[in-house]
Amino acid sequence: MTKIFVPRDMAALAMGAERVVAAIEKEASARGESVQIVRNGSRGLLWLEPLIEVVTPQGRIGYGPAAAAHVPSLFDAGFLTGGAHALCIGKVEDHPWWARQNRVTFARVGVIDPLSLEDWTAHGGGRGLARAFEVGPAATIEEVTKSGLRGRGGAAFPTGAKWKRIAATKAPQCYVVCNADEGDSGTYADRMIMEGDPFTLIEGMTICGFANGASKGFVYLCCEYPQAADVFSKALEIARAADWLGKNVRGSDFGFDIELRVGAGAYVCGERTSLLESLEGKRAVVRVTPPAPSLVGLFGRPTVVNNVMSLASVPVIMDKGGDYYAGFGMGRSRGAMAMQISGNVKYGGLFEAGFGLTLGEIVNDIGGGTFTGRPVRAVQCGGPCGAYFPTSLFDTPYDYEAFAALNAMVGHGGLVVFDDSVDLAQMARASMEFCALESCGKCTPCRVGSIRGVETIGKIIAGVDVDANIALVEDLCETMKLGSLCGLGGAIHMPILSALHLFPEDFRKAALPAAAE
Amino acid sequence: MSGAVPWNEARAHEIITAHLGLECPVLPVLHALQKEFGYLSAEAISLLAKALNISRAEMYGVITFYDHFRIEPPGRHELKLCRAEACRSMGSEKVAREFLDSQHLDWRQTAADNSLTVDAVYCLGLCAHSPAALYDGDPIGRVDAPKLAALAQEAKSA
Repeated sequence: MTKIFVPRDMAALAMGAERVVAAIEKEASARGESVQIVRNGSRGLLWLEPLIEVVTPQGRIGYGPAAAAHVPSLFDAGFLTGGAHALCIGKVEDHPWWARQNRVTFARVGVIDPLSLEDWTAHGGGRGLARAFEVGPAATIEEVTKSGLRGRGGAAFPTGAKWKRIAATKAPQCYVVCNADEGDSGTYADRMIMEGDPFTLIEGMTICGFANGASKGFVYLCCEYPQAADVFSKALEIARAADWLGKNVRGSDFGFDIELRVGAGAYVCGERTSLLESLEGKRAVVRVTPPAPSLVGLFGRPTVVNNVMSLASVPVIMDKGGDYYAGFGMGRSRGAMAMQISGNVKYGGLFEAGFGLTLGEIVNDIGGGTFTGRPVRAVQCGGPCGAYFPTSLFDTPYDYEAFAALNAMVGHGGLVVFDDSVDLAQMARASMEFCALESCGKCTPCRVGSIRGVETIGKIIAGVDVDANIALVEDLCETMKLGSLCGLGGAIHMPILSALHLFPEDFRKAALPAAAE
Repeated sequence: MSGAVPWNEARAHEIITAHLGLECPVLPVLHALQKEFGYLSAEAISLLAKALNISRAEMYGVITFYDHFRIEPPGRHELKLCRAEACRSMGSEKVAREFLDSQHLDWRQTAADNSLTVDAVYCLGLCAHSPAALYDGDPIGRVDAPKLAALAQEAKSA
């Protein structure tokens, strides 16, 4: 019996993984070969998906990107024993794109069977919770604080400090809410955890509940991820049946359960207070803070709202210690970050490493430049509210503070690469359109300003009164930034002003007769 | 979308009742009703508002806040094309515009033969395989004109 891994990760499915599995089953039965196909998550080498891995005495040998049509020739080449084939990438662990990473939070993603508790514990799953039970809630919060972990959702608020606030309320009931409303363009890290290592998220939430005295957790997942919802629901059932969740978690007197809730296509729900409104079944209109959710959150109770990546990092922090985690990174950006290299890029995927690589290393060395083969012109970092970087800033280290100094943000770790065909004025207008579409409507500068912004950038593109309209857009961005409660209206100036300041030529095309094509 | 059944008040009642035990059941029950009947009809909204003891206006307000919920019946199949930045970096806007023109449709419209509804979506998390789409919930990467034409054809025949 040969063990074969073919990811059920959504990206692998989008590239035909189901057809590959069907072809392997068909071919194996026709040839009388006995195979066991495990549906793992993705290792994150996304350009190789679907990536078939065959377990051999030499290790796991990879073949990708595979299509159903390749399957007969893979059998002919003896792939079941690691035979040579044009798609063979050798031992996956030795592949430079993998070997160069520091897999910390994502250590098991793509490696294990996501729905096998046995496989998960064999790879170290559950040790973080055991350690938390051993040291108690206060020492758990201390360990998380020591790790230097900062919120991976985008705001980068120190996780330990957030937990301390909630624990200090000593409320009889509080909640753990996991923000899995991953709406940022260019990101898929949360999805990969939920599809590839769901028990680790469950473990992280349980530790969080234990440390903060919460008995109930919610995962708020965006509706664009039906496969993640499916895998995570199954994982919850399996965890309950094996006492990883329930009235007596692992035989202790601590009780904790998790409910999965699916959003309904509103980007603003990634903002913690509108997420809470949505969980409560309302229009997801941003709340005024203070009080922060850590004091008055879900159903008026103190609530920890953490991102998937933050919560999934907690088990390894508890298992290996805060110092181990803090050993990665630079400056005040501690730990490893899952950089999601996306868009027009040759080697796209999730690359986890300590903070501090330069943007140029990430885009050119790791990402391999553009997919189209044209020169890189811009990289948008941190999702739709993040800044565009020109190549002249490619020596910027990937670090919260270095980015903030440039009026940019690391955010949730997305990096979207564009080639030289991009028109940043069009992208700036698209940012305003997106803001208009997704604004919850609470703050006038965001609700109305975004619509005026679309019109004004449209005038600039058409060459109407360019200087005056550029000044107007600058002023509008300032108003939206200062006059919006949340990070949608409050940060949408980043892509627009970075485009305007760093790619000014794109806003003056209409004024240049030579630009007429 | 395929799989949706015609309105049935007893069945709707059953779905609503099954969710009433949840802490704040609004979103889960809206999802369940839409999954069953394809969209949230006036009857469904009325029934749910009554069960939750809130006004129909309030219920309508919640539903229309979220792009995912529909108050009009969709076509038999549903195609969601991503319009976010990563997909734009790979030319998604042009691919989408040409496809819509070829089908004589605009965003959020349903084909005259009711075979297909085309919707915009902002990020499917398939950003290393842009442009991306979802067809009846199935993800599709590296979307191009031939792939979309094949889907439109498939939608017509099933």
